Amino acid sequence: MRSRWSYVYFLFYLLLGTVLLFLNNDLSKAVITLMNVIIILVPLIGTIFGVMYYYSSREFTELLLAQPVKRSSIFLGQYFGVALSLSMSLIIGLGLPFVFYGIFKSGAIWDFSLLLITGTFLTLIFTALAFIIALANENKIKGFGYAILLWLFMAVIYDGLFLMSLIYFENYPLDKFSLIATMLNPVDLSRVLILLKLDISALLGYTGAVFQKFFGTNLGLVISTVMLALWVAIPIGIIYKMVKRKDF
Amino acid sequence: MIIIDKLYKKFDKNEVLKGINLEIKSGGIIAVLGPNGSGKTTLIKSILGMVIPNSGSIALNGMPVKNNWKYRNDIDYLPQIANFPGNLKVKELINMIKDLRTEKKADDQHLIELFKLEPFLDKKLSNLSGGTKQKVNLVLTFMFDSPLVILDEPTSGLDPISHLRLKELIKVEKEKGKTILITSHIMSFVEEIADEIVFLLEGKIYFKGSIDQLKIKTLQPDFEHAIASILTSNYA
Amino acid sequence: MKYFSYISIILMLLISNSIFGNVLKVCKSCAYKSLTEAVKNAVDFDTILVKKGTYYEFNIEITKALTIIGQNNPVIDGQNKGEIITIQANNVTIDGLTIVNVGTSYTTDYAAVRVVKSENFLLQNLKLERLFFGIYLEKSKNGKVLNNTIVGDAVHEYSSGNGIQLWYCRNIEVRGNKIKKVRDGIYLEFSDDITISENNSSENLRYGLHFMFSNNDTYINNTFENNGAGVAVMFSKFIIMKNNTFKKNWGSASFGLLLKEINDSEITHNTFEENTVGINVEGSNRVNYTHNDFKNNGWAVKVRGACYFNVFEKNNFLYNSFDVSYNSRLNDNKFDQNYWSNYTGYDLDKNGIGDIPYRPVKLFSYIVNRTPETIILLRSLFIDIIDFSEKVSPVFTPDNLLDENPLLKPIRHDNYR
Repeated sequence: MRSRWSYVYFLFYLLLGTVLLFLNNDLSKAVITLMNVIIILVPLIGTIFGVMYYYSSREFTELLLAQPVKRSSIFLGQYFGVALSLSMSLIIGLGLPFVFYGIFKSGAIWDFSLLLITGTFLTLIFTALAFIIALANENKIKGFGYAILLWLFMAVIYDGLFLMSLIYFENYPLDKFSLIATMLNPVDLSRVLILLKLDISALLGYTGAVFQKFFGTNLGLVISTVMLALWVAIPIGIIYKMVKRKDF
Repeated sequence: MIIIDKLYKKFDKNEVLKGINLEIKSGGIIAVLGPNGSGKTTLIKSILGMVIPNSGSIALNGMPVKNNWKYRNDIDYLPQIANFPGNLKVKELINMIKDLRTEKKADDQHLIELFKLEPFLDKKLSNLSGGTKQKVNLVLTFMFDSPLVILDEPTSGLDPISHLRLKELIKVEKEKGKTILITSHIMSFVEEIADEIVFLLEGKIYFKGSIDQLKIKTLQPDFEHAIASILTSNYA
Repeated sequence: MKYFSYISIILMLLISNSIFGNVLKVCKSCAYKSLTEAVKNAVDFDTILVKKGTYYEFNIEITKALTIIGQNNPVIDGQNKGEIITIQANNVTIDGLTIVNVGTSYTTDYAAVRVVKSENFLLQNLKLERLFFGIYLEKSKNGKVLNNTIVGDAVHEYSSGNGIQLWYCRNIEVRGNKIKKVRDGIYLEFSDDITISENNSSENLRYGLHFMFSNNDTYINNTFENNGAGVAVMFSKFIIMKNNTFKKNWGSASFGLLLKEINDSEITHNTFEENTVGINVEGSNRVNYTHNDFKNNGWAVKVRGACYFNVFEKNNFLYNSFDVSYNSRLNDNKFDQNYWSNYTGYDLDKNGIGDIPYRPVKLFSYIVNRTPETIILLRSLFIDIIDFSEKVSPVFTPDNLLDENPLLKPIRHDNYR
């Protein structure tokens, strides 16, 4: 399904990538700045687009519902249509300027591909969450409100609460808690996945055995990736179930 | 053709359908009438599987509707409000819907001519007027040759000529032996084409039968008054 | 006259003996079947040629000025029975031997080669494997240790020795050695005027290089990689550290360079890359840090305890998770004209120097000091927000800790050599 917005999104990333490279003139630095963008902006865009797309195509959805098509394939089709076109815009939009800048010849290629992979995961996750919100709320304004709230919570508030609870309970062993808390927020999860590449030296500075095992071996990478995949699979499962029961 | 058994549906606390039992036989035009909120659209959407009932069952040609989607191959549906994705052209939309039912032959060319839609084929749907959109909607509905046709407010927004054409179209379809289910607010339209009437009131079937039977039941000389008398006697 | 010629003949003999000496050969079919035998029969200034083969010997004591040369890598196998070669004479050269299986003991520090109270020695091109201590220099001076390869198999700190150890030594050159998998690659205790250069010390259990109570030493052009904890310089002064590379020293107690009670030293033109902590400084004063590159470290510089009058000038701080961390609110050190990749200021007057100062200490580094688990929130938006607010109005971080002249472009250190 084509949408003007995915072109806008694509151009936005193209511009972002070019400007970042132009301003920094340094691949490694641009990759670090990009990480912030991906962690924060991708979820926001995913949520807003997801909600927007759902509401704007609601009547058309109803048209399709009367056709001999399976319900789940209508919605999953729409979901993947949005999520994949957003992901493609992200990958191509950011990829092009970096390719022209010579990412393939640079050591930052792995960091960069990891960024794109997590970006794709985040798009899939937050678009799915947005669909869930939209499916649960007939009221557009409410749906948008919840979507923004969800983003704000995941991107900022969650970490605030997380930090406070860590400081408050600092006398207890916290490494398991902090790892689990990280797993429960896809934004944190992706951040940690990228940290594994960018800041591994700092992460290994902490003495906890669980941390050491998580960050020092491939375990962290494997678990984080599996968790991200779960974060995609579970919301899609919820969409599937909601769609089966929903009235139009 | 359609057998509906003890159908209940609640939206939150609002009970819309309170035990509908209805059997619709093959062939003929059946009009579903009732005041706003009486459950007409909900009933139709239940048949289409768009609304999932809380209890009760619907069977189409002996096949239960629940968790099934293939039966919709036998239904053409005209939704009440047709809002299409604005960035598509009329032609593209028609082709898209055709793609969904590849096994069926679609007779869109004839309908496009009938409603004089040729000049709009390459226009984007967002640029069309309400009436033109309704015509596109009609083309999409009638282009497949399905045994059951469901029309939710088919006349809304149509100019008089198209209105006439629609009536003719419905009659032609009826001649083919199809079952046509219609909701409408325009009583003259209903009176003119309907063979049978199902009157819904507060989620229940208040009346089912021909227009003449309704007139007798309400002791009113004409159809419109008959309807009015049902409403006044129940809401007075 | 007769008396004089008599003396001159003796002198001639002595000199010829010292220049040419006798050559004693060691091999299966030679006059001498073992090195021990040859050493016993040799006199001062003789040369012993050890031919290819494996010799099972230990406790070889050299008390004469001998030159021992291995040809085609002969192997001396100590069979884990104890020390292998002990030198107790001046002017000894050992060259080209492979020495394996040094005995391990918890009471005696057995070494592959030990030099005791001797001068003018030269140990070169040796290969030491499966060892306890490698080369152990004791109260010796004016010697050279060149181009040796020392590969241990250390697993535990308590049952392993050091690659090259200097104890109460003076004026020794340690150059071009490769040291791997021992406890400390190179260890100096009470040793002054030592030059350590072009060595590669890696994968050691503890430190790549370790100074204790040693002054006026220089180490340049060395590489320290993947050691338990990089390089430690403790309780010493006037140390020059130049052109070294400290790499991949990862771990909870790990750092590229540890400075503890170090005064009046120079740290310049070094590269610190991918260490958990680039430099960990405790109680060090008047140390100049110039033209170093700190790249991709967890913490580039961690300052703990009382450190005064240190100067950080013209360094590049590139992509470190934390540039500088302090555990106190006081600052008596100077940061000036460094390049910080995390700097986000601008340069309106185009003089290459940022118009607003840079604060290298982030609030978050304090939080991590206090509750280490919070490291998992690194680079989170929330953390960025609190760091930003701290930057705007410092409450927890030293107010005067800033680089007034942050550079906008990385420094090319080559232009300043």
